[in-house]
Amino acid sequence: MPRLARWYIKAGLVYLVLALLVGVLLQARTVIDLPGWAGRLQPVYLHLLIVGWITQLIIGVAYWMFPKFTREQPRGSETLGWLTFGLINAGLALRTIAEPQAGDLGWVLAVSAVLQVIAGWLFVINTWARVKER
Amino acid sequence: MPRLSVWMVRTALLYLGVGFTIGGLLLFNKGVYIDAAIWRLRPVHAEIALIGWTLQLALGVAFWILPRLTRTERYGRTWLAWSGYGLLNAGVLLLAAARWNNGPAELTLAGRVLELLAVAAFAVYLWPRVKPFGK
Repeated sequence: MPRLARWYIKAGLVYLVLALLVGVLLQARTVIDLPGWAGRLQPVYLHLLIVGWITQLIIGVAYWMFPKFTREQPRGSETLGWLTFGLINAGLALRTIAEPQAGDLGWVLAVSAVLQVIAGWLFVINTWARVKER
Repeated sequence: MPRLSVWMVRTALLYLGVGFTIGGLLLFNKGVYIDAAIWRLRPVHAEIALIGWTLQLALGVAFWILPRLTRTERYGRTWLAWSGYGLLNAGVLLLAAARWNNGPAELTLAGRVLELLAVAAFAVYLWPRVKPFGK
């Protein structure tokens, strides 16, 4: 398994654990008193699970197993692959920190949004040509 | 990769890009306000990300990697899987349009029915391919 695929899948596993930890916090609010930010974790929970875990697992496995691009560059651009990895994780981490802060860190959310959109399209661009019949 | 998988995975990739873009717009608007109407895109974002991207990618990859039926028959009744592809995307697009515009409930229901027919077609198609290799 290539190094980048391992990073995606291991990062995905970390987000999976984090997502379920946030799920516990959301549920814990119903039985114990927690600070206000804990009540604003629902979208963070969903996106840790869907972007952090599921999407990164898919990206990692696709990078590893999809048909080769060329003999010289079997997995497309490795630089684009690492850039996607950095942007998607930075974007998601910023969201996780900023979203529960109730508007105090609005600009951080905006930056997070831009980073994740760029990451999404970079993955599409780098993967497109590997999705082929032969 | 067989042709249907190419179509499904590439369509899923487009949905990923569009889904991330709409999601980014929603998140940006939450942090730095642009327009209240943007919030109406939330159900479109969810539909595209979950059904258009994730589910479609899974089905497209399943069509590719599950064991072939036999050496001669290979992919079997591919018309069922192609129908599933068409129905799934018609359903996603219909739902996206209906939910964005607060369209009539009947339109949303029609979208859901198309998605149901799509996954039923795929389930029937894929069923015999879930088997040991070489049998």
